[in-house]
Amino acid sequence: MSKNASIEPTPQDLGFFSRIAHPGYFLQWSKYWLTPLTIITVVLLAFGTYLAFFNSPADYQQGDTVRIMYVHVPNAWLSQFCYAVMVVASVGSLVWRHPLADVSAKAAAPLGATFTAVALATGALWGAPTWGTFWEWDGRMTSTLVMLFIYLGIIALWRTFEDQARAGRIIAVITLVGAINIPIIKFSVEWWNTLHQPASVFRPDGPTMPMSILLPLFVMFFGFSFLFLLLHFISMRAEILRRRVRALERRNAQRLREQQS
Amino acid sequence: MIDISQHFEFILGSYLVTCALVGALVILVNRDYHVQEKRLADLEAKGLRRRSEENKK
Repeated sequence: MSKNASIEPTPQDLGFFSRIAHPGYFLQWSKYWLTPLTIITVVLLAFGTYLAFFNSPADYQQGDTVRIMYVHVPNAWLSQFCYAVMVVASVGSLVWRHPLADVSAKAAAPLGATFTAVALATGALWGAPTWGTFWEWDGRMTSTLVMLFIYLGIIALWRTFEDQARAGRIIAVITLVGAINIPIIKFSVEWWNTLHQPASVFRPDGPTMPMSILLPLFVMFFGFSFLFLLLHFISMRAEILRRRVRALERRNAQRLREQQS
Repeated sequence: MIDISQHFEFILGSYLVTCALVGALVILVNRDYHVQEKRLADLEAKGLRRRSEENKK
């Protein structure tokens, strides 16, 4: 091996999946996705908001508060999906020690925390006129609040460690332990008597709501999902750049020390 | 527009909270990206390069 040979494989040396997950190659291909994703997200969210206020009828039971569901349900779904992304990334980080897995997990945490906070806030605002209370310590709401605290704890841990590779492995283990909360959130409405209604869209016997309500719900669902994808890409790109900045700052400090000695 | 006078404050509140939190997230994520981009450009302007980039030459 020549003296100047790079230990780090170049994207060209790798297979397809390893190549698209290579940090340098990710920066190259992901930039072409940002503009299309922004356009799709803005169009879907604008159209969904229009449908929510101008096209959706009031529900026969909930009345007009059904319009809150169009922001509450997508954010509640994303609060769990973000965590699922972190779990997959954590496995990638622990098993393959892939640097992009670390980056993906770290980038998803603030997004998941925000979506969970929105789900909790809009759920409370829906609960007040419908149930007569903003909050009830039932299974679904309490486990979702626990997930918000898990997200905040993970964000705090990422900021605690100087060595991000070491942080990635420790946080990956914590993330996998915290994954126990996902089935608790999902099945809490079946395991315990709760105020929160059971699933009403994805059911074996089909959705329990008419198309006029399902349509804005699905449009907003895809709008927020594309928003997550867009923000996740941007956050991952920012994290890769941050790690490069750190590496260069270390090299700069080392160079200055060598010049002084 | 459909009459949403029933529980209007809760509906409006939900959309405002969503706009505020998601809007803040969008702004912070974008700002962070541009800050990192600028920091990297400043370091590269000083002639600093990553080892893998130097090895390519």
